[in-house]
This record gives sequence, structure tokens and C-alpha cells, in this order.
Amino acid sequence: MRHLISLAVHELARNRTLLAGVTLLGIIIVIAIVGPLVVDVAQARVGATIPRTPPSAEHWLGTDGQGRDMFTVLILAMPQTLKVGLLAGVISLSVGVALGLIAGFTGGIVDTVIRLASDVMMTIPGIAILVLVASNVREMTVELMAVIVASLSWMVATRTIRAQTLSLRERGYVQIARLNGASGLKLIFVEVLPNLLPFIAASFVITVSNAMLATIGLEALGLGPQNDLTLGMAIYWAQFYGAIIRGMWWWWGPPIVAIALIFIGLMLTSAGMDRFANKRLGSS
Amino acid sequence: MYADYVSRRLGIMLLVVFLAVSINFALPRMMPGDPIQAQLSQLLASGGGSGDITAMVESYQKRFGLDQPVWAQYIAYWQALFRLDLGVSLANYPERVDAAIANSLPWTLGLLGVATAVSFTIGTLLGGLLGWPRTPRWIKNLGSGVVLLSSVPYFLIGMILLYLFAIVFRWFPAGGGMPFGLNGGFNIETISGILWHGTLPALSIIIAEIGAWAIGMRGMLVSVLGEDYITLAEAKGNKPRRILNRYGMRNALLPQLTKLAMTLGHIVSGAILVEVIFSYPGVGFRLYQAIQSKDYFVIQGIVLLLSVSIAVAMFILDLIYPLIDPRITAKGR
Repeated sequence: MRHLISLAVHELARNRTLLAGVTLLGIIIVIAIVGPLVVDVAQARVGATIPRTPPSAEHWLGTDGQGRDMFTVLILAMPQTLKVGLLAGVISLSVGVALGLIAGFTGGIVDTVIRLASDVMMTIPGIAILVLVASNVREMTVELMAVIVASLSWMVATRTIRAQTLSLRERGYVQIARLNGASGLKLIFVEVLPNLLPFIAASFVITVSNAMLATIGLEALGLGPQNDLTLGMAIYWAQFYGAIIRGMWWWWGPPIVAIALIFIGLMLTSAGMDRFANKRLGSS
Repeated sequence: MYADYVSRRLGIMLLVVFLAVSINFALPRMMPGDPIQAQLSQLLASGGGSGDITAMVESYQKRFGLDQPVWAQYIAYWQALFRLDLGVSLANYPERVDAAIANSLPWTLGLLGVATAVSFTIGTLLGGLLGWPRTPRWIKNLGSGVVLLSSVPYFLIGMILLYLFAIVFRWFPAGGGMPFGLNGGFNIETISGILWHGTLPALSIIIAEIGAWAIGMRGMLVSVLGEDYITLAEAKGNKPRRILNRYGMRNALLPQLTKLAMTLGHIVSGAILVEVIFSYPGVGFRLYQAIQSKDYFVIQGIVLLLSVSIAVAMFILDLIYPLIDPRITAKGR
């Protein structure tokens, strides 16, 4: 563990892209955790304030068409959006890594089936299936959203992990462990999995980013959780009530900036991790 | 070898189409609640009517064949598909779903075609410059900024463009596909009107996409420039510009084409929301309207169209690809 931490610190010190991404994400996560404890939740209820007022000392980011204080909405929406992304990321990464390891290690017909499945799933446009499912369920919740998005985004991790497993399997130290009589499970968990960590971390960031992109897209189409405050729903309501046409920039501007910062943070992190992962194992 | 490759890609495409149709058929039937009953009771409630709707539901179920066993419905569904019969719009009755799609599809194809072509060209060139050691510093800095923008969803950039250039400066229209009152005749007025209305939507896709193409191209070029044949080309005394163009860019371009196929679905889904933001009369805006009015058959039809057209487009690109790069079939991808 201490080795891992010192490795991470060392990498962060030299990899400026990674440092910038992790810092940005860190600030966002801290705001998302601390923010909701500080703000007055009642301010985000419909009719809590005078609707459609521009930013002032009292309402830092103004109020929306239904009288919600936009600053409070933003603070409460951020953790929800991050939650969907993280939840979907964890689910689809677990499925993806498991399938990738199985495919890479077993080979044969199992490998063929898993590869075919991920090829097919990559071709079907996720948003199409999402729209279909989301328009058919009675009530959308943040958790259900994460599960649906996850079921359509495990393929990236599967592909990466499979390719890396195939190359790791033939490395000298894995071969030696195998000749020493190590079981398949031991080979996977002791010899291969630890070396895949950089790739797993990199796929996790990409998966979270894709999941959040899909979620925000669905919400902006009006298929999100109607009763929850998320960044995508904030955009949807602003669009629904014509906030842009009416020149109310404070209604749609802040959610856009928040979403943009999250995605830029994720992208910098992923680019930085990519550099790290490829340097350690050599891209194959 | 090529035949093997083609049959594998063809198999995947057919499987995708089969799955897409089956999911489209199965999902609404697996969900709790009966859309017809829901629609009818809503209709009655809004019309102020009351009374027994079971008889009406039954007659509708007979009309749509819902009283038959599931496998018979499934076969009938396929048969209807081959006649391009996707049902009728519930919100704009009696408009047929295939007609609704046919009306909006040209708009989407035009918008996406132009935006993708422009962003692919600019992005690839920019990526080439970013990966080339002799490129001036300011281009590299500018490039990094554009690359950052590519991580932001298209429609958010669209919202900012809409606000700045349509609301604040009033240089471009705030929505629609062409000016009101034009009947769409083939003349200068119509064409310039369409271009004028399409500028902002296209621009928001282009701004967001350039970076994605640039990243891919930069990565590829950097690894190509490390190859032995580049060293050989340098040793032979080729000019740097010629090395970049003939040896570097040409070889790095190939994976960009694969990426074009892979990201097609991503571009289409991203464009849906751009159309919504600009009320652009394409498939995406139609989908949004259908979702708003719970117009199931239109939603299904558009979803099916998206899945099938992307599967077919990827298949075509897969066919072209080995003609450009013969190594692909050899590897059996």
C-alpha cells in the first residue's frame, strides 16, 4: 500500500496533466460533499423565492422560473450527477473487468462469445436503447438511471482488460508462476490483476465520463428523474421554460459551467493516466 | 481472406439489426402498464369524457393485434417492418411514422454530414500539426485549448452559441430549419436560408468534435514518427514537410477512419440534443417532441432507425477499410 501511495505521489509530481485533472476533480468532489451540508435546502424548493430574478447579494446565482435559488440548486444537483456517474462507473467497470479477464484467460469459445457480444453492443447506439428504456419505465430514479447506463457501457473496459490480459498471460513471471503450479484463480488475482490496476483506473475514468455524458443527455431530453435535482435536469428545465430565449443566462449558465468543469477534469485525469499506464507496461 | 472478413462483419451487422428490432419489440411489452390504456384514459380525461374504456381498449388491441400470442405478434412485427410500416403517430394522428421520419431525416443527414466532414478535416490537420515537433508554439497552445473543449457535451456549446449569436448579437436565427414563409422551392433564397439557419447547430458540433479528431491524430502521428521508415526517409534527405505529409500523415490517417466508424453513434446521439436546443427540424428534435407527448410509435421508429442506420454505416466503413489498409484482413480483426 505504501508503495502504491509513494508511486502515486511521485507520478503526480511529474505528470502535470494528471495533477491538473485530479486537482480539479478533487475541488468539485469537496464542493459536492461539503456544499449540501452548508446550504439551506428549503431554498431549492419550488416557490421558495421570487421567480426569475437576476443574481444579487441575496441570491448569488439568481432564481429560476419556479422560484428556486439557483446557487442552492447547483450545490444540491452536483452530488446527484456525480453519484450517477460513479455508480454507473463502478457497476460497468466490475462487469467489464470480470468479462475481460475471463475472455483473456480462458480463450476459445468463451472468448469468442464475449468478444462478439462487446462488438455488437458497441455498434448499437447506447442512447437509442436508453431512450427506449427510459420512456417505458414508470418513474425514473437516480439509481435506476445508473444501472441502465452501466448496462450499456461495460464494453470499453472489457476490450482494454482483455487485450492487456492476453499480453500479460505470456509474460515470463506469469509463466513461471504457472509452472510452479499456481491455480488459475491465483494467477489472475496475484500475478495479473495487480499489474492491470493502471488500466483499470484509466478505464474507470473513461467509463464514469461516458456514463455521465449519457445521463446528462437523457436528462436534457426530459427522461431523467423528474423529482430529483441533477445538473442535467437543471438544463432540461431551463430549456423547457425557454431560459435562453428569454436571456436568463444565470439559469442555464452555471449548470453548463459545472458540467463542463467536471468533464474537463475527467478528461485531463484520463489523459494523464493514459500516459502513466502506457509508460509502465508499454502499449501493446 | 477478404471473404472471411466480410462475412464476419456482415454477420455482426445482421446480428445488431436483429437484436435492435427484437429489443424494440420486446421492451414496451415487458414494461408494466398498458400504453394503449394509459393513452386512452388520458385522452378521455383531457376530453372531459368518462365511462367504460375497456371496450375501447379491446378494440384497439384487436386493431394492433395485441390479442394474439407473442410469437405471432413478433412475426407480424417483422412483416410490417419489411413494408416500412412503423405504425402511426399517436400525437399527430393520422401521420404515419415512416412519413414523419422521412420528413425529418434529410435535415439531420445534411447537418451531420457537413459538420462531421468539416470537423474531421480540420481536426485531423490540427492533430497532425500538434504531433509534429516543428510546429510553432502558439498553434500547439491553441490546439490544447480546442482539445479541452472536446470533452464538453455538444449541446452545452450549442446553448452558449445560441445565447451569444442569436439572442445577444442577433446575427443568426434562434431556431428552425429555414425562414418562415418559404415553401422550400429550389432557389437561392431557400438555400441561403437553410445555410443561415444551419450555421449555429453545425458550429456547435464542429467546435466540440475538432478536438476529438485532433487527439487521435496527434497520438497516431507521434507513434508513426518513431517508426524506422521515418528515420530512413530522413536519412535519404527528404525535406521535413515531405516527411510529414507523405510518410507521417498518410500512415497516421488510417486509424482515424476506424474511429470515424466507431464514433458515428456518438455523433448521432450528441446531435439529438443540438437539434433540440436549436429546434432544428431533424430526427433528434422529432424524438424530443415524441418523448414529450409520449408518442410511443414515433419513439420506437426513430430508435430503430438510429440503430439500423449506424449498424449499416459501420458495415460500409468496415468494407472500405481493408481496401485502404490491406493489413486489416490479414489480422482478421
